Amino acid sequence: MVKTERNNVIVRDGDVRIKDFAEVSEGFTYELMKAEAERCINCKNAPCTKGCPVGVKIPQFIKCLQEDDLDGAVRAIKIDNNLPSICGRVCPQEKQCEELCVRKLKLGGSVAIGGLERYVGDYALAKNEKAVPSTIKLDYKVAVVGSGPAGLTCAADCTMAGLDVTIYEAFHKAGGVLTYGIPEFRLPKDEIVKKEIAKLEEIGVKIVYNTVIGKTIRMEDLLEDFDAVFIGTGAGLPVFMNIPGENLNGVYSANEFLTRVNLMKAYLPDSDTPVFCGNSVAVCGAGNVAMDAARTAKRLGAEHVFVVYRRGRDEMPARAEEIEHAIEEGIELKLLTNPTEVLGDTHVTGMKCVEMELGAPDASGRCRPVVKADSEFVLDVDQVIMSIGTRPNPLLVNEYSALEINKWGTLVVNEETQETSVDNVFAGGDAVTGAATVILAMGAGKQAGATIIARAIAKCSK
Amino acid sequence: MNKIIKKRILSENVNEYVISAPAVAKNANAGQFIILRVDNDGERIPFTIADFDRNAGTVTILVQTIGASTYKLALLNEGDSISDFVGPLGNPTDLNEFEHVMLVGGGIGSAVIYPQAKDRHSKGLKCDVIVGARNYDLLTYEDEFKANSDNLYVMTDDGSYGEKGFVTNKLEELIKAGHPIDCVFAVGPVFMMKAVCDLTRQYGVHTVVSMNSTMVDGTGMCGCCRLTVGGETKYACVDGPEFDGHKVDFMESVNRGKFYRDRECEHYKKEQEKNGKN
Repeated sequence: MVKTERNNVIVRDGDVRIKDFAEVSEGFTYELMKAEAERCINCKNAPCTKGCPVGVKIPQFIKCLQEDDLDGAVRAIKIDNNLPSICGRVCPQEKQCEELCVRKLKLGGSVAIGGLERYVGDYALAKNEKAVPSTIKLDYKVAVVGSGPAGLTCAADCTMAGLDVTIYEAFHKAGGVLTYGIPEFRLPKDEIVKKEIAKLEEIGVKIVYNTVIGKTIRMEDLLEDFDAVFIGTGAGLPVFMNIPGENLNGVYSANEFLTRVNLMKAYLPDSDTPVFCGNSVAVCGAGNVAMDAARTAKRLGAEHVFVVYRRGRDEMPARAEEIEHAIEEGIELKLLTNPTEVLGDTHVTGMKCVEMELGAPDASGRCRPVVKADSEFVLDVDQVIMSIGTRPNPLLVNEYSALEINKWGTLVVNEETQETSVDNVFAGGDAVTGAATVILAMGAGKQAGATIIARAIAKCSK
Repeated sequence: MNKIIKKRILSENVNEYVISAPAVAKNANAGQFIILRVDNDGERIPFTIADFDRNAGTVTILVQTIGASTYKLALLNEGDSISDFVGPLGNPTDLNEFEHVMLVGGGIGSAVIYPQAKDRHSKGLKCDVIVGARNYDLLTYEDEFKANSDNLYVMTDDGSYGEKGFVTNKLEELIKAGHPIDCVFAVGPVFMMKAVCDLTRQYGVHTVVSMNSTMVDGTGMCGCCRLTVGGETKYACVDGPEFDGHKVDFMESVNRGKFYRDRECEHYKKEQEKNGKN
């Protein structure tokens, strides 16, 4: 086998892209896509597919690309994944499909599956072919709570099978984390997210905005009106560090900061929604959301943006690509550093930190960071963004206690059916797993969709 | 889109809107709030539900024109629509365990205590009301309170109507006179609520306040509305909006309320200029 080097997607230069919110990655050109598709050797046992949480038939779709059959590639992906243009952009492929690619170590690097998937997804979006739902309509009503990746997927599958689906969204825009969380420069809203949602509406999914289930409509009432309910309410509750000074002006949760910028468009100068743009910003935490917040702060004009993390570079939970992109954009990593206090009288004037060193591995297998003696120092910042994780929102469970939750506050479901403790109420995505990935949420939405469709068929054939 | 069914000018800067929102009205209760966006680019702003009519499918809000968004709203009239209207959010007021409740409203805070007065009155529960305003022109809901309270005390800072003085003057006078009060429910500007709490703390009278923090989503997702209550961080949107007033860190809330003020003033000016008004 020839050792051809991996072709990477085209990425705009760091110093150029920090001046705007346009997409960082420009994807593959046709030529690059072809060259990269040719690198796939179509392994019979398809290790890549085993690495995909929803089992996309990767060798099949890439074979179609090799044969210039783009429509075939779309069909092959969409059996398992409704939203390839989104997953091609935000999936952690290097830890999933690409991790298991046989080319990874000795044959020029893994096939760039994510880039190829994105190419196929964007082709499908541009072609704008209308999906045709089943002509047999089933008298079975499904309510989907939340329009994030899990809800969108469940809604799409149920609608295609001929069920009557209504999505309820708390915000004034659909998409969940795809809209309020992931920034424009990683996932364009108008070109991708909005279009994918428009396609759902085209096949007959109804979306009702400004509706908080548990508040605007009681769960009990929803169950009266619908045969099945799918809960995909995500893990939107921010966690703070509980250190002094966290309620000073200039301290944000990553959720608030990103929602103001992404959903409310606070980055536009005339936006009605304000956001504070610090000159020197500390982002506490090192996951993907932290990278998003840091890179957003940079684009809002911050001279210094520090990612403050108590462990080391290898332990950073963010995707390698996001960390690299952040560094290219001038984000400064303050590793082995732990914030102890936010300083200021009315507004943030600094953040007290201590240096850490890695001790023995803890229960999670990661080295436990311990405080270095006499290492306290003050980081000169005027804005702090807390990005140390999120928890599921208890709002719905508080209003409807029949739903069983575990000690972490996530909904308990039957793993095979995604059904909760309440009959015909299903759940999936971060509301079940805690903060995880878009693709896992979509997988859960699909699984729940399959169960709901089977129930609908059973009921309607009686 | 939600249609403005009725608009009433209560004072120079305060308008009352009756808005068509059947879904919100259906489950609304006294003490809860809504979040609205005036137009497609609008910010999300919370307003207390001042009244609701389940049969008519309407929700009433009181809006004081203080910034760009409320200014845009002030330009709208009956028949116009606002872009988004979500609710009811937050927890309903629950003062049913108290026999003698004193409702204290300052300025636009009347919007919050009014549904409570109406609710108690309809249930045959006792309630007395003190309302205060800077002057007569800024006084709101006097007739409504008259019809829904056992005793109504009206205070104006300048003495242009009712008695001259602050709501705290009247409250202290009543407490000292042995007027039965099991619980004070005080709503208004943060400084007024603080003053009420400083007073009632001295006399050991339980006091509940309703915090009107800045919000984005209003469902617990962003933490923008956080405040410190009894040393713990709470979210006004999901833990409140009502809290034990003796435990609230009011000065922190005052400070948080000022965070965007300069930017807001600038934006308000721009918006006024856009409409040819200076």
